[in-house]
Parts: sequence; structure tokens; C-alpha cells
Amino acid sequence: MSPTGIAVAVLQVVLSIASAPFLVGMMRLIRARLEGRVGAPIRQPWRDLRKLFRKERMVSTNTSIVFSLAPLVLLASAALVAGIVPFLSTTSALDQVGDLFAVVYLLLLGTVFLSLAGLDAGTAFGGMGSSREMTIAAIAEPTLLVAIFALSVSTGSSNLGAIVADTLAHPSRAASPASMLAFSALAVVTIAETGRIPVDNPSTHLELTMIHEAMILEYSGPDLALVELAAHLRLVVFLGLLANLFFPWGIATTAQPLHLVAAAGAVAVKLIVLAAVIAVIEVFIAKVRLFRVPELLAASFVLAFLAVTVSFFLV
Amino acid sequence: MIGGALALAAGAALFAIAVGAVLPVRQRVVWVGLFTALCAGAGGVAAAAVLAGGNTFTADFPDLFPLGGVRIEFDALSAIFVLATAVVAVPAAIYGIGYSARGPSSRPAQVAWPLLVWGVMMVPAAGNVTGLIAFWELMALSSFVLVLAEHHHNPEARTAAQWYASMTHLSLLTIVLALAVLAHQAGGDSFTAIRAGTDHIGPTTATVVFLLSLVGFGAKAGVAPLHVWLPRAHPEAPSHVSALMSGAMVALGVYGLIRVGWDLLGGGPTWWGATVLAVGLVSAMFGILHALISSDLKRLLAYSTTENMGLVFIGVGAAGMFASSGNQPLASVALAASMLLVVNHAAFKGLLFLGAGSILSATGTRDLDRLGGLARRMPVTAATFAVGSLAIAALPPLNGFVSEWLLLQSLVHSLPSNAAVVAVAMPVAVAVVALTGGLAAATFVKAFGTTFLALPRTVEADQAHESPRTMQIGLIALAGVCVALALAPTALAAPLQRVSLAVGGLADGRPIHTNGVYLQLSGIEAGLSPLLLATGLAVMMVAVLVVVRRGRLRRTVRDIPAWGCGRTVQTARMEYTATSFAEPLQRVFDDVLHPEIDIDVDHRTESRHYVQAIRYRMHIRDGFEHRLYLPVLSVVRRWGDGARRVQNGSIHRYLAYSLITLIVVLVVSR
Amino acid sequence: MLKLLRKIVQTGRVTGTVPLDAGPRPSLLLNAAHPLRGSVQIRQVDAGSCNGCETEFAAAFGPVYDVERFGVRLVASPRHADALVVTGPVTRNMAVPLVKTFEATPGPKLVIALGDCARDCGVFAGGYGVAGSVADVVPVDVEIPGCPPTPDDIVASLRRVVGR
Repeated sequence: MSPTGIAVAVLQVVLSIASAPFLVGMMRLIRARLEGRVGAPIRQPWRDLRKLFRKERMVSTNTSIVFSLAPLVLLASAALVAGIVPFLSTTSALDQVGDLFAVVYLLLLGTVFLSLAGLDAGTAFGGMGSSREMTIAAIAEPTLLVAIFALSVSTGSSNLGAIVADTLAHPSRAASPASMLAFSALAVVTIAETGRIPVDNPSTHLELTMIHEAMILEYSGPDLALVELAAHLRLVVFLGLLANLFFPWGIATTAQPLHLVAAAGAVAVKLIVLAAVIAVIEVFIAKVRLFRVPELLAASFVLAFLAVTVSFFLV
Repeated sequence: MIGGALALAAGAALFAIAVGAVLPVRQRVVWVGLFTALCAGAGGVAAAAVLAGGNTFTADFPDLFPLGGVRIEFDALSAIFVLATAVVAVPAAIYGIGYSARGPSSRPAQVAWPLLVWGVMMVPAAGNVTGLIAFWELMALSSFVLVLAEHHHNPEARTAAQWYASMTHLSLLTIVLALAVLAHQAGGDSFTAIRAGTDHIGPTTATVVFLLSLVGFGAKAGVAPLHVWLPRAHPEAPSHVSALMSGAMVALGVYGLIRVGWDLLGGGPTWWGATVLAVGLVSAMFGILHALISSDLKRLLAYSTTENMGLVFIGVGAAGMFASSGNQPLASVALAASMLLVVNHAAFKGLLFLGAGSILSATGTRDLDRLGGLARRMPVTAATFAVGSLAIAALPPLNGFVSEWLLLQSLVHSLPSNAAVVAVAMPVAVAVVALTGGLAAATFVKAFGTTFLALPRTVEADQAHESPRTMQIGLIALAGVCVALALAPTALAAPLQRVSLAVGGLADGRPIHTNGVYLQLSGIEAGLSPLLLATGLAVMMVAVLVVVRRGRLRRTVRDIPAWGCGRTVQTARMEYTATSFAEPLQRVFDDVLHPEIDIDVDHRTESRHYVQAIRYRMHIRDGFEHRLYLPVLSVVRRWGDGARRVQNGSIHRYLAYSLITLIVVLVVSR
Repeated sequence: MLKLLRKIVQTGRVTGTVPLDAGPRPSLLLNAAHPLRGSVQIRQVDAGSCNGCETEFAAAFGPVYDVERFGVRLVASPRHADALVVTGPVTRNMAVPLVKTFEATPGPKLVIALGDCARDCGVFAGGYGVAGSVADVVPVDVEIPGCPPTPDDIVASLRRVVGR
């Protein structure tokens, strides 16, 4: 664990937290423009967060310590993942600390805590949101892990740094059928896990259609800010994973400042492109019924499964 | 030292049995608890010594029984199972002091408890067929007594005990058959003799022995479809007994399978491993689905045991497949994963059963839909149950994650392989492990959330109080073990290597390398540091807290009701229950679970357009029980009814039977 | 999908097709250091309205007026809200829920009475089911007159609050 490695990890965490609300602001802006509106400026999510930090915190008499702990765990787990995932450089000190499996389970830890908090609110909608969130998290899990399986078959390792380095060394693998199938599977799961249309609508006001929003109806002020920030950060983490696992070009393999700056530029471009694609898709499709979501995830599982077996039968 | 510790364990057990039979009830409970803990602790010390030193301890008692002696052979494979037993038995025994004071304090129960602990510890230590069977039966009988312990005020316990007795004797029967065939063919009773004589055993005999032991030990491990006793017996037994049965006794099924299949028989063809793997996959899925929809807390935990044993079987089966295809390093990793899972499972499942017992004795119910709000009423139980829930859901940074990670690593690195069966089986296995992981998270969010969070749903839950000190000690100790196993699984790297070496037919290598902080696997480029993950998480949480606190924070408003959409009355009846929490997932898996749903609608007498009441009933049957066991039982019952006509209690008729028999005998034997 | 795309391209941006009132900007409600400057989340409470105000209020968030561009957003829970927009005279049945909603909103918070009914019960004044105006039940900070107020008025008032 070298000092530069730790510096890279800290830099990744800070940069991804700082940029996450901007990315969300950009997605909202793109949607607004496609809907014929002007839309709020890109920095609006940061403004909202700043305001929330300066508001009162409300904790109802129903709740226990879990309610106050959940936002912390949610943001901390997402931030830790942001340190592990190679956004800027493969030399992050956290690369050896956890691999892709650890990343998936860390994100699940955050989901679990938020679901517990939803139940802790003691209201009908909180429990409803928790139940739905866990349903989707549970059935998204096989796709995630089997897609990781597909990625690690050709590399021989599930460590993120190793996978990225391997793709850099063998560029043709990025275009292999296994890789493309795994990418599409992970893309579907990304949409489900980050609560975007068609699985969940982040800007809904109707409680009965909510998943993520229903769990956090009880949060206010700084707690809500942490939950929102964590949700934005999770979006960045998932998109960053998609971007750098399959298109790692531009990432630094050293910890030299100049390379890191270039890598930051590269990853910013990739994130913007992916976020823009998701925002555009969201304008064109509607949210599906809750009990159609398993079908979507089952389809993504089939893709992931094919990705694994293809690498056996074709290579 | 090992011999001394084992002798101490036996002595403590005998003493505990004696005081359990003699002392009056109040002292009885205390002394039985303390000496049972001593017995388990001594066994744990012996196991730790074997795992640390690596030497095998043997002892012979040739004249113990009329037909054969008992031999003790305590190697690393035995030791890891004894260690798992000690991990759960010591806290469970101390917990039992407080628990029994209000519950199973009768003489038979207090005598059976130390017997069970000692029996569970000695089964893996047995070094010959006679010894194994003797201890196995000791364990089976004493646990049977304990399942019945609370039958006075709980009639359910009687049916549970019947199921348990039938299944456990089915298990014994097949094991005796398997071992008898094995000992006969190999020409010896002791394990050393059998190992030496495996050359005389043909492949057909080996297969028969393997399949018989798979049935016998599988029934003990509670894997589907032989699990039916588990969701009945575990809820009805006293909670510290359930903890031991679920945490340690069930794992002996795995021990037996490894001992007979891969140690004594020395392994077999690939399909052995594939069969064990398949059983594991079915059990894991089946167990977690039923755990998910259970709203009885202890039944939920029992089904989750089936799931966890399924995961262990997946590891063992995968190890068997890898070993027979010549990939020894990967087999070692898979075996290490399942052994670590056995130890972890003992810790967290023991903890959860003790927690369930604490809830049960405080509220008098195990029904999740009648609990709620216990976090503020029972803080110690809540905190420890939370640790157990996070651990069993395999979430980092707790111990369940480490074994899950090892298992996934061993499965994932099976490719590229040259066998098509591996290329198809392994993605399926990974998918099942992943799905069970996700569903386990949902299950334990449900279990913890509906038990401890929000408002109490009944008066009983509202008036609950924290359990007595002895029970808290047991809970805290097991939670501590979970945390220790989570932060320093590296300490088990060397012991797991010894276990791997002890089972030559399955693995022979060094599965895990470690430099104290990082876990690294042999032949696999993958690393994990549970300690640093936990540290990282803690650092991030502190950093977030510091940054938030530095801002201009306003006050926290506390004395307000939850936001209930402006409703005038907001009650606990509006909370999501355990059943409603599981409903979406139950609907997703409708085709597997086949729920039976009845809806009765009552109308007002004035008009059919006005509904007075709606009754909704949902029942989900255990599919295996319904389709496999009930038909068999009904055939048996029909035979019994037929026999009743022959045996109707009339003396005249019996005399006639005797006469006829006599005549037949005379005619035949003339 | 192509049809939708063509529609999007043909329609272009519709915000501003109805120009906002270009008169002198009224004084701002909150000083520059106030937490709510630049970001106001609104929970709307219908305390007994005829739904005329709702229609206009919804129009203010539509593409033509697009008040969201000034940092105003609708939210589902008063816990997330900075301001309550209350419409209609407060009926007896809605008085308690309105108070509860107000209490559930974390401070600093504002109450905006939208429409004449909310200000003084309008034509429903003295009605059997009417408990009173919004100000009779919760403290009101901003009043938007009109029956119903035009989206233009609503946008102007909300801009006074948000300060942009």
C-alpha cells in the first residue's frame, strides 16, 4: 500500500463525489431540452444538496438508530467503491483490497441499509419501497456476478486493475462476443440498480409507483442530502464500471499527475456519453410495470450466461 | 495436551450429566450450563491444538463395547468441525443458563443437553466405524429428547419429534449400511484399516457406499429433499439447542460425506462431485426461497440452514469435480471455502438462533408479523442480531462475505476448462450462489426489519424487555466471534491448509496465502483484505460524519410522528409486515412456490354492492414434502389400515392364526 | 421512436413562447444568505380546492412556463420540501392533515397560499364545510392572488421566493 496509491484512491473518491451531482444535473438538463423545456442549470443538484445540509433534520419517534446510520453506510460504501474502481488509474491502493465481487457486495450493503431504513420509518410507503428495492436487488445479483464471471474468464482474475490492464493489452478482447454480451447484461443491471427508467422513475411524485423514492420519503435535511448524494455517486460508480471495464482507453497505468489529468478527462468524456445515452433513452421509453422488471432482468441474465458459455464454446 | 483436553471434555460432560440428574432445578440449570460450556471449551482447545500443530491425536479403547471398541482419531478435518461446534456450543451453553431458567429445566432436558454437546464433538473425533455410529446415535437420541423438551405446552413439538426421529433413523440406517459394507470390503473397522484396504473395493461397491452415505449424511445435513425434519424440529427445540443443532450438528452431515467419500474411499469419478454440487444447488435455492416467505422466525432460520448447507455442498461438490479433473489447487480453494463457511455458519446461525430465542422468551411469539419495534426495547439482542443478519447475508465487512468470496473465486476460476460439463455447471452454480446471496439479503432485511424496527405490532412486542445477563453474554460472545472471523480470516489460512492436506482424495495444497492482511489464493490472481475493507468503510463513515458536522447544522427535531400522508391516525397496522415484504419476490417465484390463495368476501346483508369483510389466506406448502413424502406416507397408512383388519384384538382370531401357522410350519418342515 | 424524434426536432424549445411579464421585478423575499435561495422544493397541498388552481399550477411546471429552470421542483414528501403550496379554502377534513403536513416539513420553511380561496376562502367563505382560510390554520408567508392565478403570476411569485 504505497502513499501514491492511497493518494490516487482519495483523489478518485473526491473527484467522483464532486462530479456526481453535475452528472445528474446534466442528465436532467438533457431530458428537459428533449422535452422542449429550458431546464435547471447543471449545478442545480449541488445547490439542492447545499440547501439540504442547511435545513433541519427530522427524526420521527418511530425510528431507531438504523435510520440515522443508513445514510452514512450508504454513502460510505459507495465512496469506498469509488476508491476501488479504476476511474483514473490502475494503481489505486484499494485495488488489491477488494475485487469486483467485493464491489458488488459493498453496493448491496448500501442497498440493505437503505431498505432497513425504509422499514424503520414504520410507514406503509417506506416498507413498500424497501420490499421492492430488495426484490430488484436480489434478482439483479445473478446477472451481476455471472457478468463478472464472463469478464474474469479471459483475464484469469476478478480484480478490476487486472481486467483493465488485460483489456489494454489485448484490445481485440473488447470487441469479442463475450465482452459485448457481458456489456449489454451489465448495462441493463446498471439501469435497474441506479433506479432509472424503465425500472424506476427518479422524478416520480406518485408513491405507488416508487421504489427508491418511497424508501426515503421520511428523510429530511442533511440525511436526505447524504442519501441523494449517495444515489448520485452510485450512478457514477456504475457508469464508471461500465465505461472502464469495457473501454479502458485513456486510463493511467501510473500515478503521474499528468497521466491522471488525462485520465480524468477521458473518464469524464466516457461518463458524459453514457449518461447522455441513458437520459435520451429515458425520454423515449416509459416505465414498465413492477412485475415486468423481473422479465427484463431475466433477459439480462441470459445475456450474461451466454457471455460465459460463449467464451468456452467459441474460444 | 490434546488427549488431556479431550479427557477434560469427557469428564466435564459426565459431571454435567450427573449434576443435571441430581441437583434441584435452580442450581441444576447453572451447573449444567457451566460444565457443558467447559466441555465444549475443552473440545475447542483440543481442536485448536490440532489445527495449530498439525499432528493427529489417536487413542484406542478396544473393549468399550461387547462387539467392538472405540478408536479416537483426531485429525485436522475432525478438528475444524469440532472447532465449529465449540464456537457455537460454549456461548449456547452459557446462554442456556438464562434460557432454561424460564424454559426447559426438566431433568431429562438438562441431562440430554451435555450429552448432545459431547456427542456432536465426538462424532468427528471417532476413528473407527463403531465409534462413529455410537457417537452418531448418542447425538441423535439426545437431540430427540431435547426436541421434545417443551412438548407439555407445545403440542407441535410432538409432530416435530416424530418427523425428526424418522428422518434421523433413516439417516442412521443408511450410514450403518454404508459403513458396514465399507468395513467389510476393506477388511477392517478402523479408518486407517479402511484407507489401507480401499484397493479391494470395486467401483460398484464404492458407488453404492458413496450413494448410501450421500443419503445418510445428506439427511443429517438437511439438504433438499431430505430437509423435511429441519423446519419442524428447529423451531420446536429450545433455542440454544436449535443453535447447536443448526450451527454444528447439521454440519456433521458434510463431515461424514467428506470423510467417507473423499477420505476413506479416496474420491471417485467426476459425477460424484457433480451430484453433490447438484444437491447443493437445489438445496440452496429451495432453502432460501422458503426462508424468504416464512414468517415464523425460527422456521426461517431453519430453512436458511438448508440453504447454507446447500452452499457448503456446492463447495464440496465443486472441489470433488476439480479434484477428479486434476485441478488440485482449485479443489483446495473450494474445500477451504466450504470449511470456512461451516465455521462461519456455526457462528452466525448460532447467534441468530440465540437471538430468536431471546425474542421468543421476551415476547412469547416467533411470528414476525406480530413483532416489531424491539430495537429500542432489546438493544443487545437487536445489535447482535444485526451482526448475525449482515453476516449471513454475506455482506462485507462481515465473515459471511469472506466464505462467499472464496466460494465464488473457486467457481469462477474453473474456466477455461476442457470439460463441457464444467463450462455449463459453473455459470449455473455462480448464478445460484448469487441469487441465494441476493435473496438471503432480502430475507434478513425482512427478518431484522420487521422484528426490530418501526413500531411494535402487538402488545406483547410493546412490553418486551431485554433478556437476562447470561443470555446477553452468549449473544455478545457469538457476535464477537463473527466480527473476529470477519476481520482476521487470515488466521485460518494455515489451519485450512492442514484440513486440505488431511483430505488427500479431495485436495492437497495450500489454498490461501496470507501476509496477515491480504488473502491471496493459490493459482488465482485475486486478492481481498477483509480488514482493510472494514477499515476503509469505517474511515469513509467517519469522514462523511466529520464533513457533515462541520457544516452549519441546524437542530434535529425528534418529537414528531412519522410522515403518514397527513392521516389522522397512524398505527402499526399500516406498517409493512413480513408477509407483505416478501410478496413481490413470492410473486416472482410463483411458478416454483405454488402458493394457495383463498379470498373470501362477505357482503352486507342490505346490498351485494357493499363489502363487509375480506378474508385473505395464503398458504405455501413445502413442495418436496407435498409431492414426495405425503404420497409415501399415505401408502404406509393404507397398508396400516389393511393390517388392522388382520389384527383386530380378538383372542379367538389370534389363536386361529397360531393354529394355522403351526400347521403350515409342520407341513413345510416335514 | 423515429416519429417521436421528428416531433422533438420539429417542436424545438417551447419555453418562452409566452413571454413572462417583463415589468419591474418585485422585491425578493429572502436575503442572499438564506438557505432556500436558489433551490426550493415544493409539496403541494390541496386543502379543498376546486382544482382550478391545480391546473394553473401544473401549467407553471409544464414546458411553456418551465419554472423548474429557476430551481423550483415538486417533491412527494413534506420532509423533502422547503415550501408548501396550499390551494383552496381549508375544509374541515383537511385542517388536521394540513397542520400535520406543516409540522412534518423541516425548517426553514415557507407556506404559499395559492389563489383567492386560499387567501380568504373566496366564494366558499362561510360555507358549511369550510374551516377557514389557509392563514387561519398555518402561518402564510406568500400569497398569490387570482381565481385562478395565471401561470405567469405563479412563476413570478415563485421567482420572488427562489430569487432567480
